[in-house]
Amino acid sequence: MSGNTQAGLVLGQEIGAEELAPAPVRRRAYGFSAGKWLLPVYCTLALAFLLVPIVYTIVFSFNDSVKTNIAWRGFTLDNWLNVCSEPGVCEAFGNSLLIGVTSTTIATVLGTMIALALVRYRFRFRAATNLLLFLPMATPEVVIGAGLAAQFLSAGIAKGLGTIIVAHAMFCLSFVVVTVKARVASLDPALEDAGRDLYGSSSQVFWRITFPLLLPGILAAALLSFSLSFDDFIITYFNSGSVNTFPTFIYTAATRGIPAEANVIASAVFLLAIAIVLIGQLSAQARRKRLAR
Amino acid sequence: MARGLFAESGADLELVGVRKEFPGFTAVEQLDLTIAAGTFFALLGPSGCGKTTTLRLVAGLEEPTAGRILIGGADVTDTKPFRRPVNTVFQSYALFPHMSVLENVAFGLRRRGIGDPLGKAHTALQLVELDHLAERKPAQLSGGQQQRVALARAVVNRPALLLLDEPLGALDLKLRRQMQLELKNIQTEVGLTFVHVTHDQEEAMTMADTVAVMNKGRIEQIGAPEELYELPRTSFVANFLGQSNLFAGEVVESGDATIGVQAAGRRILVPTERAQRRSGSVTVGVRPEKLLLLTEEPAATAGINVLGPGRVTDVSFSGVSTQYLVEVPGVGTIIVFAQNLVFGPVVERGAEVWVSWRVEHGFGLSDAPVSSIAQAHEALVGGAEA
Amino acid sequence: MALTAFTGPVVSADASGARRGGRIALLLLLPGIAYLLLFFLAPLVSLVITSLQTPSETVFGQYDFTFNWQNYGEVIGTYSEQILRSFLYALLATVFALLFSYPLAYFIGVVMRRWPLVQSLLLILVVAPFFISFLLRTLAWKQILSDEGPVVSTLKALALLGPQDHITGTPIAVVFGLTYNFIPFMCLPLYTTLERLDMRLIEAGRDLYAGPATTFRTVTLPLSMPGIVSGTLLTFIPAAGDYVNASSQFLGGTSSTMIGNVIQSNFLVQLNYPAAAALSILLMAIILVLVGVYVRRSGTEDLL
Repeated sequence: MSGNTQAGLVLGQEIGAEELAPAPVRRRAYGFSAGKWLLPVYCTLALAFLLVPIVYTIVFSFNDSVKTNIAWRGFTLDNWLNVCSEPGVCEAFGNSLLIGVTSTTIATVLGTMIALALVRYRFRFRAATNLLLFLPMATPEVVIGAGLAAQFLSAGIAKGLGTIIVAHAMFCLSFVVVTVKARVASLDPALEDAGRDLYGSSSQVFWRITFPLLLPGILAAALLSFSLSFDDFIITYFNSGSVNTFPTFIYTAATRGIPAEANVIASAVFLLAIAIVLIGQLSAQARRKRLAR
Repeated sequence: MARGLFAESGADLELVGVRKEFPGFTAVEQLDLTIAAGTFFALLGPSGCGKTTTLRLVAGLEEPTAGRILIGGADVTDTKPFRRPVNTVFQSYALFPHMSVLENVAFGLRRRGIGDPLGKAHTALQLVELDHLAERKPAQLSGGQQQRVALARAVVNRPALLLLDEPLGALDLKLRRQMQLELKNIQTEVGLTFVHVTHDQEEAMTMADTVAVMNKGRIEQIGAPEELYELPRTSFVANFLGQSNLFAGEVVESGDATIGVQAAGRRILVPTERAQRRSGSVTVGVRPEKLLLLTEEPAATAGINVLGPGRVTDVSFSGVSTQYLVEVPGVGTIIVFAQNLVFGPVVERGAEVWVSWRVEHGFGLSDAPVSSIAQAHEALVGGAEA
Repeated sequence: MALTAFTGPVVSADASGARRGGRIALLLLLPGIAYLLLFFLAPLVSLVITSLQTPSETVFGQYDFTFNWQNYGEVIGTYSEQILRSFLYALLATVFALLFSYPLAYFIGVVMRRWPLVQSLLLILVVAPFFISFLLRTLAWKQILSDEGPVVSTLKALALLGPQDHITGTPIAVVFGLTYNFIPFMCLPLYTTLERLDMRLIEAGRDLYAGPATTFRTVTLPLSMPGIVSGTLLTFIPAAGDYVNASSQFLGGTSSTMIGNVIQSNFLVQLNYPAAAALSILLMAIILVLVGVYVRRSGTEDLL
């Protein structure tokens, strides 16, 4: 689909409303009736396409599979009821949760501090700091993974949970900084001035004004960080040693066939995440409505 | 100020040789200023003149590069903002968006450990007639309501000094007039010292007991509003507060009562006591509404200055008065405001006229940068041709 | 959410609230910066060092540092095909993802503007693939596109595919997988810029005698450049280094190996660390040069 059609769609509506549109524009109006439905239809199909593997994964979590989960053999709830019966799945899932929570905590604390410093203070090496924060986002994961692995190797550090957490906190850090930075920048500095003016000491101003106002941004950053960590495979695989996370478990299982229990966990995580996002959106909507009153 | 105590009354504010430099520029050059307790003081100036910086220095939100700041005789230069008996109403109001209106107002009281913060907050909200909205969040209030909450939040602390940073800037004209009166009433009621920063000359003149006109980090002139208007001392004040006709020339006679200035082949007399400089090149001026338009050359009369003949180049009607631009050869463009006592303009465009004014209405400025005065004049009359 | 990261408001260095406070700033920065220096920059340095090592003559599996620049020549000689293929696949995936995403982002960000709730629900659908495991959704495509799957049988029935043809294991499947997996990365930044697009500018374009096509080309498209740039970067960089899609357990085959697969197998299977390190440094250098040129040419440097 060409871009012209979309521009046409929007303009078409505008022109339709405009009785006195000049002739040259009006002449083009005939194409818009097609454009009007073409874009919505395309978008419906596109969204459906995006959902195909998700639906597949969820459906196959109910498959009455034996060993491999490739062919559909019938509906069962067993996989959902006995998730942990498959050796390794739940252990890998637990590891992923532990790694996600720990690395997110590290990345969020360090990243929020950097974001505050970047927006609030002028200092030398600012450009260098920004570059150092940007580079991890512009570096392919293989390179980060191989680099860390090479360093752990030369330092003689055994790979395991610790090395994975260190690696995850590292690549999440930059994303936390960018997310929180936007929030800090949108915070009116006069609010903190007002806090100081109204007899708040530095720590009172931070904990009663700055922090509560930054909290939505910090939470968003933490959620992003957790989901990046939870789903990371490439960097993890280079630094995991014998420890399995949920993605590395799937990767190794892929050769002999994925157990349906893995689909169960992925589906459950998916549904939970969607629920969180939905609730967040709906409550934000309700808040906007209340404010607009 | 001791924790848990209100200021008994407003306090004097004294700035001694205060200077503030930022990397790359100097916001406040040199400031010596005393504001008496209980006054409504306005700092007036164009944006970037250093008036907001001055306010932030007093509040303690900035540290001066040099000089001392005294409140009620006590040196607070090195005192942190949260220990100063000063509160600010911020330009953007800076209401905490995550707290209710009531909690906003109680914030300062809680920090200082003053008893019954909520009760006192309610009382303050009653003062600004917003107690019924105490449970709302700031975002649910209109601009005028937010402004009043910001005022209540500051006043409730009974500061010795209340600083207002263009708090009416965001309001529309009608609301602004209403808030101006309300502010003035509150000041009289609570008897605090108010320091109000604004770029709106009308606001400064209607509200303040004393106005300081600030320009480029310095105070140009301090005085009561009428004094500043009637007797401006610099060309900046003469043109920032209202409009002025300024004439540059040489002093040719200097008496006890008047000095005579030779300008455009005419002699302009100015009372000696109203002239800042009494010899050499000077600039003298007169307010446009003090001028009289004449269609015939008047006979020379003692106590009257006359310029002309000139030609009317523009007539514009503005309701209560009509503004005439008169081009006088050798002098430039003169602005005349004439009250609309009759229907229609008194003279038409292109008419030959003379302008006259009483000698005691003239004033002489302390600065004589002829070219810049000409420029200012030029800018003022909209480049109506020199 | 996720990728607003790259597209959040550009924060100016001289934000009005900026204060000078050397000590506090240092205290805030130090831990995070030290962390990045230790676990990002130092690993890159150790990667450079590793890339210059030669196998030890005495101990098998041990490497000594010898400034062996030949490692680079060797890996380029051996793997030039995979290197070129990686960038070609990444480029194709980026272009396809952009073509796929732009209309979608335009629809959600501009057309649906009057219904904010619908807008956010549609956006959730776009990012939904984020929330299901990256590996599992790729495996799902493998099953769907497999020889026994519905797509191949349909295409064979329509005689669009010969009886001996496959989809999985071919470059087509790899590019398809890369495109699919990075569509949300493309869509979100596009949405963010299009959502902020001032409709009055389009009206002004129309007012100044530009037809819809001209208005799109001269107004809408240039104004959505920041979104296009961050979207393409967010797609191209990870796609060029990806090795999941191209791996033979997933969508790839022997004829579609990418540089990521080579690095992974050299490092983790053959334990040929110098070769893997040299390839990594090479990959990163090429990407940085490409990104630098691209960002400069598209005139959106302040994005970084």
